[in-house]
Amino acid sequence: MPALTRWFLRSALVYLVVSLCLGVLVVMPSTSGVAALVPVSIHLFMVGWVTQTIFGVAYWMFPRLAGGKPHGSERLGVLTYVALNAGLMARAVAEPMLSLRAGGPWAVLLVLSGALQWLGAVVFVVNTWPRVKVR
Amino acid sequence: MPTLSVWFIRASLVALVLGYTVGLLMLNLKAWTRTGLMALLLTPHVDLLLVGWTMQLTMGVAFWILPRFEGGRSRGAAAFAWIALVLLNAGVLLVGGGSLVRSDGARLAGRLMETTAAVAFGLHAWRRIKPASTGTAA
Repeated sequence: MPALTRWFLRSALVYLVVSLCLGVLVVMPSTSGVAALVPVSIHLFMVGWVTQTIFGVAYWMFPRLAGGKPHGSERLGVLTYVALNAGLMARAVAEPMLSLRAGGPWAVLLVLSGALQWLGAVVFVVNTWPRVKVR
Repeated sequence: MPTLSVWFIRASLVALVLGYTVGLLMLNLKAWTRTGLMALLLTPHVDLLLVGWTMQLTMGVAFWILPRFEGGRSRGAAAFAWIALVLLNAGVLLVGGGSLVRSDGARLAGRLMETTAAVAFGLHAWRRIKPASTGTAA
């Protein structure tokens, strides 16, 4: 298993636990004011756990390329990992904060978080596309 | 990787980028304007990423790696899986497009297509879910 896959999968496991803990928090009667955490918990689960697991396993298991880079560009793989996780963590902070104080730096951070996650997905597709081939 | 899996997986990658693009647009709306447009984009966003990306990628990989028949030469009733590919993608387009133009008929047709795609894929995959000793794993 490549080192990058280990990073993807271990991070995904952390997101799984954190997202489910947030899921507990948002249904506790004493914390009903944390409704802003609902989209965060959903995205930590779907992006942090599901999508990140797929990215890690695809990087590892998809058909290899001929030549010296069987997994495609490792640099693009690392960029995917960094952009996706930086974006997700920025969102986890910005979205609840924006519900407390509209506009300003939290709005900028929220947009930036979306752009980073988008970048991570696009770079993953660019790096993975040549490996999706008839063998 | 068989041709059908290539189609499933490449279509899922396209849906991933489209779904994240819609998500980026939604975060922009949430950050600055908070208009009703966000609600309009929610269904296409969710459908692209749950059905177009996750479900479709799963089908593509399953068609590729589930145990085969005839000593590894056959994947069984592939026609059902091709039907699933077509219906799933048509369904995602109809649900997304129908949501954008507020057409309940298009959304309903799209959801029915997605459901039929799931049934078709189930009909294909059912017999391939078997002990490895009775066939060859891909």
